[in-house]
Amino acid sequence: MLPGDLSIIMPEIILAVFAMVGLLVGAYGGKDKTGPAMLWATAVLFIVLAAWIGFQGAGTAHAFLGMFVDDAFARFGKVTVLLSAAVVLLMSESYMARRNLLRFEYPLLVALAVVGMMVMVSAGNLMSLYMGLELQSLALYVIASLRRDSVKSTEAGLKYFVLGALSSGLLLYGASLVYGFAGTTQFLGILAVVGIDTSLGLLFGLSFVIAGLAFKISAAPFHMWTPDVYEGSPTPVTAFFATAPKVAAMLLFARVVHDAFGGVTDDWQQILAVLSVASMFLGAVAAIGQRNIKRLMAYSSIAHMGYALMGLAAGTAAGVEAMLIYMAIYVVMNIGTFAFILSMEKDGSPVTDIETLSMLSRRDPMRALAMLVLLFSLAGVPPLLGFFAKYAVLLAAVEAGLTWLAILGVIASVIGAFYYLRIVYLMYFGADENELDTGGSTMLRVIAMASAAIMVLGLWNLFGVEGVAKAAAATLVN
Amino acid sequence: MESIILFSPLIGALLCGFGWRIMGEYAAQWTATFLLFIACALSWIVFLTFDGGTQHVQILRWIESGTLAADWAIRLDRLTAIMLIVVTTVSALVHLYSLGYMAHDDNFREGESYRPRFFAYLSFFTFAMLMLVTSDNLVQMFFGWEGVGVASYLLIGFYFRKPSANAAAIKAFVVNRVGDFGFALGIFAIYFMVDSVNFDDIFAAAPALAERNVLFLWEHFNAAELVSLLLFIGAMGKSAQFLLHTWLPDAMEGPTPVSALIHAATMVTAGVFLVCRMSPLIEFAPYTKTFIVYIGAITAFFAATVGLVQTDIKRVIAYSTCSQLGYMFVAAGVGVYSVAMFHLFTHAFFKAMLFLGAGSVIHGMHHEQDMRNYGGLRHKMPYTFWAMMIGTLAITGVGIPLTHIGFAGYLSKDAVIESAWAGGTSAASFAFVALVVAALMTSFYSWRLIFLTFFGEPRGDKHTHEHAHESPTVMLVPLGVLAVGAVFAGMVWYGPYFGESEKIARFFHIPAAGAEAHGEGEAAEADGDHADGEGVAAAVEEAGEGDAEGAAEAVTETSHDDPDAEGRHFAFGGAPGEGAIYIGADNHVLDDAHAAPVWVKVSPFLAMLIGLGLAYLFYILRPDLPGKLAANQAPLYRFLLNKWYIDEIYDFLFVRPAKALGRFLWKQGDGTTIDGFLNGVALGVVPFFTRLAGRAQSGYIFTYAFAMVLGILVLVTWMTLSGGN
Repeated sequence: MLPGDLSIIMPEIILAVFAMVGLLVGAYGGKDKTGPAMLWATAVLFIVLAAWIGFQGAGTAHAFLGMFVDDAFARFGKVTVLLSAAVVLLMSESYMARRNLLRFEYPLLVALAVVGMMVMVSAGNLMSLYMGLELQSLALYVIASLRRDSVKSTEAGLKYFVLGALSSGLLLYGASLVYGFAGTTQFLGILAVVGIDTSLGLLFGLSFVIAGLAFKISAAPFHMWTPDVYEGSPTPVTAFFATAPKVAAMLLFARVVHDAFGGVTDDWQQILAVLSVASMFLGAVAAIGQRNIKRLMAYSSIAHMGYALMGLAAGTAAGVEAMLIYMAIYVVMNIGTFAFILSMEKDGSPVTDIETLSMLSRRDPMRALAMLVLLFSLAGVPPLLGFFAKYAVLLAAVEAGLTWLAILGVIASVIGAFYYLRIVYLMYFGADENELDTGGSTMLRVIAMASAAIMVLGLWNLFGVEGVAKAAAATLVN
Repeated sequence: MESIILFSPLIGALLCGFGWRIMGEYAAQWTATFLLFIACALSWIVFLTFDGGTQHVQILRWIESGTLAADWAIRLDRLTAIMLIVVTTVSALVHLYSLGYMAHDDNFREGESYRPRFFAYLSFFTFAMLMLVTSDNLVQMFFGWEGVGVASYLLIGFYFRKPSANAAAIKAFVVNRVGDFGFALGIFAIYFMVDSVNFDDIFAAAPALAERNVLFLWEHFNAAELVSLLLFIGAMGKSAQFLLHTWLPDAMEGPTPVSALIHAATMVTAGVFLVCRMSPLIEFAPYTKTFIVYIGAITAFFAATVGLVQTDIKRVIAYSTCSQLGYMFVAAGVGVYSVAMFHLFTHAFFKAMLFLGAGSVIHGMHHEQDMRNYGGLRHKMPYTFWAMMIGTLAITGVGIPLTHIGFAGYLSKDAVIESAWAGGTSAASFAFVALVVAALMTSFYSWRLIFLTFFGEPRGDKHTHEHAHESPTVMLVPLGVLAVGAVFAGMVWYGPYFGESEKIARFFHIPAAGAEAHGEGEAAEADGDHADGEGVAAAVEEAGEGDAEGAAEAVTETSHDDPDAEGRHFAFGGAPGEGAIYIGADNHVLDDAHAAPVWVKVSPFLAMLIGLGLAYLFYILRPDLPGKLAANQAPLYRFLLNKWYIDEIYDFLFVRPAKALGRFLWKQGDGTTIDGFLNGVALGVVPFFTRLAGRAQSGYIFTYAFAMVLGILVLVTWMTLSGGN
């Protein structure tokens, strides 16, 4: 029994042990001098684990009496989380090193957060759900305030922590309600009860759980922390916030509503639809007022979560598939965009004001072009991948009979296009020349270019993501 | 051979238009011209050796979709053969002429290459026109129809730096659109009812169409009438008939060779050709025929009146063209299609010559076009003067009354007038009167042009007159060739077009309905006419008329073939579509025209004499008279000078409302409503919410927590109200 369970969660165990051993090595070894090595080791381990999980083969396995599920859906999430975390780590190296932030704790905390995310996407029980969520969140609270001497960074960490605690409270309260009315914390058990007798208490619990999860994916109206935390955290940390945790939380969301509450689709569908609309519009409208590109990206991610939620709100396998594709594309776009943001420097120090991008196309045409492609893709301009991501969720919504939702999504995307295009405008037609430093590290350039290239080349067949997502969605929805 | 005729202008256009950078401007122009002359020579061979039977030359299957099948094929019958020689001859000569005329042009800057473009357009036009006349179905014809429209547009606006030229080009295109809309509707209607666009199928179905009714615009119409009318509307646009004529005078903004080729000899006659081509259908539509007669007669009269007072030499000839097209339509409308083709044929020669002569004058006078600034030019440019003189003699219809000796216009125009008299209907009587009066005015304005230009004292800029010069040889040769046509075309081909019925039947390959006894006197008279015609033809042949030699021979031969014509009357027969033209069994207009009384036959000649006399009085004897008359009859003068105010009426009725509607949709619809809405949202509503969202983002944790609590409150409340069971 136990050896079998352990072999199923072997990747998580390896990562957790690595993080703890790394802590010991760091604490008693070379302290912060081990930082860069630790970062590379973590990134390589992520990639190795991702490859292992990715090529592990098909099939579904349950561990610890169903608390932990290993299926195609979980593997999709884990591979995405691991790869995105690895890339974010790699692109943060030079930035962190130059600001004396490359402490050995940074990669290890990321590793612990990733363990939490891996547990989240595999959760088959409300308790494992909460465990994964908290493991992830605690690690994130710390890295948000990694820059201890900065007021903004500590403020960000504190805000994130306090509000995160509130959301955890909401989630726990919801979980206890569900347990009380269903008599079990096991998703399969809940599913069985929900199918027979849907009591209002159970739906109450569901509402609270959804609220807690919505906080994690920063869906409106539980999004308020996002701009402040994104702005205050060191930029590589922001990049990390915007990618892996979002994927994990979104997949967990999908798991809860389908695995545990698949019998009351109609009830949560409307809530998700409303959250989706609120997020899309808030993200689009509020971003217009932003001059700080990190805050802007915060609102952008809120809007994007709205679109992903639209896929989930469809309540069908096609909807989940669209959501998975959306998240995969979203992560790639965001990594590229943040690689660009990380390279935004003026006289050696990082800047975040979008005005500094004026006429970048003249001094650094390749970088400007890459950013243009990424921004167009974020805005959903065909024929770039971002368009097909949006198209997939809109199609899923329409096919599920949520035409009104799709129409609102299109309107929101029109409004949202404005702030992406304004950056393009500044880069290509800006008024005055702002001496933004050219270059950036090779790693950042390569990542930004590669991400932009994927936005174009991915049209070919989405690199096979579509098939994998379909299989993953099929295991979740049945 | 027909394919070579059709494609050599296209090859010329492509080589000249795209290849001139390689082969040079000079070679490119000559290549296009040379290819046109090949086409011209082959056309004459086809025309003279043609035996009359309809032939089809398949080139390729063009469209196949459902039951719609259209070939790209050449339909060679007499009508096509006539049009082939008209188009290629005039086009070849205009190409040659343009080598001289376009050599220098002040409308283009030094070093600009405009000549290859001009020749490419000319050749392209010729190709499109040949497509039109050789078409075997309506879709192919429409293709050529639009092709000549495009070429016309390009050539009218050739001086693209002149705003007036651009405006004229657009006007021509837009006005033609009105007619083309009718044409297209006609094609649709035919396809709808006949399920085919091929001429053979349409002609075969014509009698059935006459029996059918069709619903169009909430009203039932006779199918044949409706279709004929729609097609005629297309013809009205292309042939600049009254109400749709306004583009033609403005089209004179194009270079003069263009006016000669497109806006006198070929493209504008496409409408006449269309009516003749569709004769098997139109014969079954008596009301449409009446309409055609009225429109033709009104156009002939109207254009002639306007021509009286114009001072721009090209505009005078343009109105004259408009007027002569009216003559052709009258002939077609009364059912004598062969006469319409006859006038088309002769008109092409003398009108092209008049235009080229006018071009020669303009060229010699440094692009001065106002006749009031001419005068006494016959000594400066004698060849041009004689060419113009022959052209004028032809158009005014000078000949020996009651014989068949005269200039080309004399024979064809008198044929039209006699046909109109013989039409028998009230419309035809009206047309007869209108055409005789128009003939008088034609004579007046034509002689006025000659007198003002070539006689009297030099007027206007002295410097220009001192430097006035005769045109180069390349420009004079076409004039000479066309002069031959203007003199002899009528006499040589009188028989096949307007002679004895049998001759026409053979020429157009119309089967006989069987001989029947008829009024002997008429037949005898007709025969007498015919004999005269033969004599002339023979004389012409002896005179060594090069091109027409074979034709004359052919004509002579045919006279040997029908020895027993005397005393018997030939009636046209056969099913619709069997011959090149179809003449209904009850259509006796041709015979009646032959039997016209002497006063009818002499009336156009008298009208011509009166017009000549008046012109001589006004512009040679008493040059002060025109001014006095204009002052005396000021309202009438202004009415004519302003072309009956039709442009102004159109401006008021159509142009301004259209502009107003466009401006309304632009300013109100697009600007205020659509842009206004979007701008309102983008500049008012969205920023409002942006500010709101910004204010909500206070930075205080308790605000954020409050928002979350509010959110969960809403969710739970909603769940309570809507969910559960």
